[in-house]
Parts: sequence; C-alpha cells; structure tokens
Amino acid sequence: MYTGRSMVVAVSIGLIAFVLLGKLFLIQVTDDSYLRKAERNAIQRVVDHPYRGLVYDRNNSLMVFNDPVFDLMVIPREFSLEDTSRFCDLFDIEKEKLIEAFNAAKNYSWVKPSPLIKQISKEEFGRVQDFLIDYRGLFVMTRSVRAYPRSAASSTLGYIGEINASQLNRDSSQYYVQGDYVGLSGIEDYYEPELRGRKGVKYKLVNVRGIEKGAFKNGDLDTLSVPGENLQATIDLNLQVYGEKLMQGKRGSVVAIEPETGEILTMISAPVYDPNILTGAKFGENYQALNKDPDKPLFNRPIMAMYPPGSIFKIVQSLIGMQEGILTAKTTFPCNRALVNCHNHPTPVNLFGAIRNSCNPYYHQAFRQVINREVSSNTYKDTQIGLDQWRESVLKFGLGNRLGIDMHGEKSGSIPSSELYDRIYGEGRWKYSTIYSLSIGQGEMLVTPLQMANLAAIFANKGYYYTPHLIKAIDGDPSRIPEKFRTKNETGIDAAHFELIQDAMAAALYGTAARAIMEDIEIAGKTGTAQNPAGEDHSVFIAFAPKEDPKIAIAVYVENAGWGGRAAASTASLLIEKYLAGSISRPELEEYVLKGEFIY
Amino acid sequence: MAIGLYFALVFIGWINIYAAVYDEQNATSIFDFSINSGKQLIWIGTAILLITLIMVADYRLFQNLSMILYILFVIILLLTPFIGKEINGQRAWFELGIFRLQPAEFTKFATALALAKLMENPTFDLSKFTHQLKALGIIALPVALIMLQPDTGTAMVYSSFFIMLYREGMPQKYYVFALSLVGLSIFTLLITNNWYLYGGIGVLILLLILISKKSWKNIAGILLLGILMLAYAYSLDFVVEKLPPHQQNRIMVLFDPDVDPLGVGWNVTQSKIAIGSGGLFGKGYLEGTQTKFDFVPEQHTDFIFCTLGEEFGWVGSLIMISLFVLLLLRLVFLAERQKTRFSRIYGYCVIGLLFFHFSINIAMTVGLFPVVGIPLPFFSYGGSSLWSFTILLFIFIKLDAHRIQILGRSY
Repeated sequence: MYTGRSMVVAVSIGLIAFVLLGKLFLIQVTDDSYLRKAERNAIQRVVDHPYRGLVYDRNNSLMVFNDPVFDLMVIPREFSLEDTSRFCDLFDIEKEKLIEAFNAAKNYSWVKPSPLIKQISKEEFGRVQDFLIDYRGLFVMTRSVRAYPRSAASSTLGYIGEINASQLNRDSSQYYVQGDYVGLSGIEDYYEPELRGRKGVKYKLVNVRGIEKGAFKNGDLDTLSVPGENLQATIDLNLQVYGEKLMQGKRGSVVAIEPETGEILTMISAPVYDPNILTGAKFGENYQALNKDPDKPLFNRPIMAMYPPGSIFKIVQSLIGMQEGILTAKTTFPCNRALVNCHNHPTPVNLFGAIRNSCNPYYHQAFRQVINREVSSNTYKDTQIGLDQWRESVLKFGLGNRLGIDMHGEKSGSIPSSELYDRIYGEGRWKYSTIYSLSIGQGEMLVTPLQMANLAAIFANKGYYYTPHLIKAIDGDPSRIPEKFRTKNETGIDAAHFELIQDAMAAALYGTAARAIMEDIEIAGKTGTAQNPAGEDHSVFIAFAPKEDPKIAIAVYVENAGWGGRAAASTASLLIEKYLAGSISRPELEEYVLKGEFIY
Repeated sequence: MAIGLYFALVFIGWINIYAAVYDEQNATSIFDFSINSGKQLIWIGTAILLITLIMVADYRLFQNLSMILYILFVIILLLTPFIGKEINGQRAWFELGIFRLQPAEFTKFATALALAKLMENPTFDLSKFTHQLKALGIIALPVALIMLQPDTGTAMVYSSFFIMLYREGMPQKYYVFALSLVGLSIFTLLITNNWYLYGGIGVLILLLILISKKSWKNIAGILLLGILMLAYAYSLDFVVEKLPPHQQNRIMVLFDPDVDPLGVGWNVTQSKIAIGSGGLFGKGYLEGTQTKFDFVPEQHTDFIFCTLGEEFGWVGSLIMISLFVLLLLRLVFLAERQKTRFSRIYGYCVIGLLFFHFSINIAMTVGLFPVVGIPLPFFSYGGSSLWSFTILLFIFIKLDAHRIQILGRSY
C-alpha cells in the first residue's frame, strides 16, 4: 500500500518522530543538568536556626538568654504605601532608610520576602502589631537576640554578631554562611561550637512565584535543628555585680579565683558597659561608640592589660630563693638604701620582715645571690646562666606565657630571658647591675591581672594552681570542660616554704593595707604599685582568704589610683567579705571605694 | 483502530491537563468543572456529541457542503478582526458565554474539504501551472486573513497542505527547492561568522562542479546557483535583522537559549528543564514539580507536552509519540485505500495537519523550533482545537466508512 509518494510521506513521519525522540533522549536521559536546574527552580532550602545555648552562673542564676525580636519582612510585589510619612512615624524609621531598604528588597526579588525593618524589639512590636493588618505584603519573622537579665560580665560573656569574611574563610567545615551570627568575643566566641547547636534544613517546594507548596520528598531529607548546649559559668553573678558596682567610675581590673579549682569567680574590666547594648538593632551604633570611647571599655583589661608586677613579685622572689636554698627564714640583709630606695623600717631585716616591709634593698641583695652563683668565672656569662635558670622557675608560676583561659585574646605578659638582654645590650655586655630592678618586680617584666590573681591562688594553694577558667560544666556535665582545666600545675616550690609567706602576707596588711583587715575573716595580702610613666601609678593588691583554707584569691588593679593600700586593697577586701560572708559589714569602707578619691 | 488511538490520545491529554493544573495543597478532583481538566471534560463530551453527529449525518453532506463551509468560514475570518475579542494582542476569538472559540481552528477542515472538492475532478492536474495556482489560491485566502489577526502560528499550519499536494503530484522540484532553502536558512542562522558560511557555499559549488558532467551549461548553472545561495544567505541575515525584536529573539533562542533566559528564552528554557528533568521514567504522575508549580508558561495548552515529558519521562514520550506515529501511518493506509480522489485528498489534508501540529509543537517544547502558538492535537486544553481536530479526523473516518458506496454512487 505504501508505494511511491505515499511511502515518502510515511518515511518522513517516521523520520521526524525519530528526530524528536532522539532530541528527547538527549535532554531527558543523557543530560542531567536539567534535573539540577529543575531542583534549583522548585526546591527551596530553608535553614532552621537553632536556639543558642544559655549561660548560667555558678549558682544557676541565668546570665544570658534568648529574647525574641521581630523582623518586618516585605514582599515588594504586594506592598504599596499611600501615606509614607504615617508609616515612618508608626514604625519609627526615617523615610530615606525605608526607601533604601525597600529598593534593596526589590533588587533581591520582586516576589520573595526581604527584611524591611530588622530587629524590632518586643515592646515596639507590641505597639505596632495592630497596625500591621493595614498593610499588604508585610509579615513578621521572629528571630532571637541575646539578652542579659542583669547587666554584668559583658566583657567576659562577650557578644555575638554577623560572621565576617575572614571567619568565613577560616571555617573549614563550611558550616557557616554569610549572615550567620557567631560569638565574636568572650565565652560566646570560645564556646561557639557548644553554644551554637546545629542548624536544621528544610527542603520546601515552591512554585514560580516563590509560594510554598509543601515539603520535598515528604521531608525525608529535612534535618531538625539541634539547640545549643547550655553552659554553667564559674562566675558568681552576685559577686560580679557587686564588683562592677565598686569599680564604677574607675579604670582597672578585678579577677577573683577559687584557688582549689581555678574557677574564676569574678572578672571585671572597668569601665564596664551594659551587655544589652550590644544586641539587637543598635549593635552597630553602640559598638562604634564603645570603640571610640577613650577609656577603651572594649579592651578586656584582665587578660589584655600588662603591667610590671611591682612589690608583689617579691613573694615570688622569696619562694624561688628558698627553694634554691639561698634564703631561709633566718637570712638577713641590711636595708642599704645606697643600692635602691626604700621606706623607713628597722634594719637589718630577715625574710619575714622583708616581705612585711616590702624592703627593696633586701631583694636587691638576695636576687644577686640567686643570679650570680659563680658557676662561671666570667661575670657576664655567670649572670646569663643565672638569669635563664631563674626564668625557668618564674615561668612555673604561670607568668611569661598565656595561662590558657577559655577566652581568646589573652596576653602572655613577659619575663625577660638572656636573649632579650643580648638584643638590647649586646651579648656579654650586661650583668647583674644591669638587670637588678627585676628583683623588685620592675624593669623588663610584665604581668596581666589574670596572672596576678593566679599568683594569689598559688600562694593560697601552697604551690600549685589550676588554669583559671570561666566554664564549670557544658550541658550540665563538668567532665566536658577542657582537660587542661582539670590538670594541676605545680610550681616546683615545696609547700613548706609557703608557711612563712602566708604569715608574712597576713602580717603585711597591718603595715601597708590596714583598710583591708576584717574582724571575722583572716586575710593574707600584698600591696603593689605598678609604676606608670604616663601619670599616677596604678594601685594593685592581691589577697586570699580565709588564710587557713582559702576560698577566694583575688587581684585588683585600679588605674591611676596611686598606692595599692588604698583603692585596690579596699576593693579586694569588700569583695572577699561579700563572697565569704554574703553581706558587707563596713558601709563606710564601701562608701570610700564608691567615692573613688584615692589620691591624697 | 484510528478511533481507538484517538480516544487514547484524548484520554492521555486529559489526565495531563489535570496534572498541569494540579495543586496538592488545594487538591481538586479531576472532574471539578472549576479547573481546566473539568472544563476539558465538557469539551470531550461535546466532541463525542460532534462525532455522533458526523457519523449519523449523510456522507454526501461533506462533499456537497464543502465549498459553502469554506466560503462561510472565510467570511467569519474576514469579520473576526472587527467583532472578535482581543486576547494577547490578537483578535482571533469569538466569545460564546463562558467559552471562547477560535474560528481559525475550524477553517482548517473547511479548507481541507474545499481543496478536496476542487481537486477531485479527474481532469485536475497539479503539473499544470494554472491548476497549481488554483489550489494555492484556496490555501492562500484563509492564510492571508489569519495573518491579519495576526496569528503567525496558525497561518503557518496551512503549509501542511503541501504534504497532500505532494502526494497528489505537485512537481518534486518545488519540494527539493523548498527544503534546500530551509536547510540553507538554518545554516545561515546557525553559523554566526558569515565568512565560514560563504566559504562553505564555495566548497559546495566546487564539489558540485567536480561531480557534474563538465559541460559549460552545467557549470554556468551551478555557478548561478552559488551566486543565488550567497545572495539568499546575505539577504536572510539582513531580513532577520529587520524583524521585530520579539520574533528575532524567538529565532535566536533556538541556537542559543541563553539569549534572554528570563524573557523570550523563559518558555523554552523552562520547558526544556521540565522535560529534561523527567529522565528515563519520569517523576511519576502528579509529581512533576516544574509543571505543577507553574514554572512552564502555557503548560496546559501549547506546552502540555512538558507535563508528559516531566512526569512520564522518555518512556512516556516514546509511547505517546508512537501512538501519534501509529495514528498517522494508519491514516496514510486509510487514505491510500480510498476509492475516490475526494476522500484521499481530504485524508492527506488530515494527515498533513495532524503531522504538522504534532511535530512542530513537540519540536518547539524541546527547543528545536521557534515558539509558535500552535496546540498539540487532542492533548492541549481548549475547545476550539479539540473540536476542530475531532471534526477534521472524523469526517475522514466517516468518508472511509462509506468508501464503497461513494465509489458506487459517484462514478
């Protein structure tokens, strides 16, 4: 039947069908790029942000929680405004900003929602909620920001903010994306992996207008978000709040440690700021203001500020001297003011007297014996060997290196080595007379307030310390804190040598810091004065209490407040009383500290 | 058999229309008259009514009425630009209550009948130039009127009558010439660097000279052909540049879908994504995300093939195209067994129209042909197209059923 031209027609039909099926085979079976494009079209990946972990203090008082805020979202295609100025008044936004946000939304997508006004607070949302129905194309998305029930510990807790480009690059696990919030400082930063939880992902089907049309594969590929883990801080919130009150109007640091565990009870960087200002919509503005403040509230003094240790270092010198067998309780030196200046006290003094009276010439002479052991006939060589040996002993006190607190940005301080002096003076061109100021904690020596508080803990513990840390338990489990915080660090000084030291520290208060003395609690302390070439000296005091079975070791720095016996010792004493007794029995001392006039 | 294939195709079309408008969150029954699948069911029902009418009517009616129907529809076409309803810039529709009809769809079978009537005379000879002109005149009149609406896609459909004319003895050289022209046009547009094109023509001419009998006459003829090809290629580029931008883009999109992916390229890009994502076996009925969520425009009418391609994959496409090919080959068989020229000519008109619609529509959805708004026979949603294809096909089936009688009475 199919002959001639009818055959041609029939063959043409078959041929065309063959071509079409061939083309269909190419795009349907051999090329899977269309499948991927189809998925990109219709499957929207929606990230479910987890609830960030909370932070409690050591007594389970809440320090950080999540507060809902509201982002006003707009779908440009559906949104129109008749009375722009009424809208601006209502939502308290400038017209220019509104237009800018709306244009940005339009550029992103005509049909997908974009934020129009970000982070409206609960209170403000309550006010505008009822007006929202008047506007088409607007809806509200709830997010949460960090909030703090009591304004305290801002520099310790840190803050969160949008991840920056360099952090994104460093994120090898590819967990973060642009716009994610991460901890940027303090505990929020260090414990970011625990606090953040895990993001969940939902795959939604959307139609061409971006409208949701149900779950992809019935949600089989979806993952739920896992909330962040709660942390228990070592901080005592009441003590922290009280300490911040005492440090009002001052610059400086307070660090209090529980000696037998290394747990930080209080850490203050003054001036303090309210942590609530670095959350929510005003973050950028407030951050700029803090950044420009000449008192540098964002500079976390306890771990970043470095000062010469001053007289307090004499205790470390005494301990090293005893351990080396150079000093005993009976070793006496004359208070020879020709060597280095001193204040009036009986002379000669033994070791107890030297600590009690903070005798400079005593340590000048004792330190010479520690350094120059006559192991080499060359004085220069002998000094070099002696200094490096001594330095080894000092480093064991947690000085000269970062302690390794659970916070980023800690400074190491510095304890000079022979290389440093070789660099400064040239090899073989310096000897004891060049470096003697180290004997009294001056010279090329720097210590952070945290290291200073740790020294107080070592004196209280009679020779060991636990690395100071801020977190006691992760998700209720104390064994999950880093191993290093549960490891005892030995100084290599026999416990017996600390008896004399503790007695001398307790006795010293009667001479140098009588204000710190309490009736019920025996306190051992040492004043110091960090010399400040730029102005008034800094007032420094370390202490621990009770002297028998110490529960708290503390270091207080008050900048430009002069002699350590006034500002720093008074503040430390009040904090010890607050922590151990729970209340203050000396309102006049409290008033003296709050008034803050220490230079007279 | 043809009737069985017809109902199979209409049924597959219907469930695909449902899939195209299906919305999980607002699931409605396939019979719901508020959605297009429900409405299509009404069209199918009325189409069955039409079939019954055609089958019970006197078979001589079509022969006798052919010229009258043709003249009637030409007059209606003439009037449409004035009384029609304007949709998408075209005045191509008549409103009848909630339904709309497109007269141009029905002119197809009227023209087919008129051609059959004209050419049934045994003295009609397509090798005669005047007879060729007569046949072309019958085709050209409605084409000219449809171009006025303007509806290029539907107008193009009338070129399918050349399949019938070919069968009935139109000289072969016209077809060779036309196909060469089409081939040359494709190459001209495909090769953007004109120098390659001109070089290619040059090589072709040289080859032709080498294989031809070397007479001066032949060589001169081949050289003339070369010059004509060059001139055509040059002028085609020129003409394409003078086309309105939207038509220019529709052509360019074939060669480079990224010309305008969100504008003119959107239809083709999305259509290819929908079909291409179907894979070998498809995503399953009602599981096609691209068509269900409206990524493909016009997915229940001209782009209905996307739904099938996405949800039933290549195997589904194979089955569907096979059904069409079977139907067409069956129709060729039926046409060849007719005893009268009228029935055979009409049969070939039906074959041509169905073949043209079917191949151009699918070629368009997979990006082998520019986007022209012509429906997929029996599949696409819409009363006008379903009715017109049903009438078209069943008149032929009616004629076939009476082929013995027609012979007995007419001759």
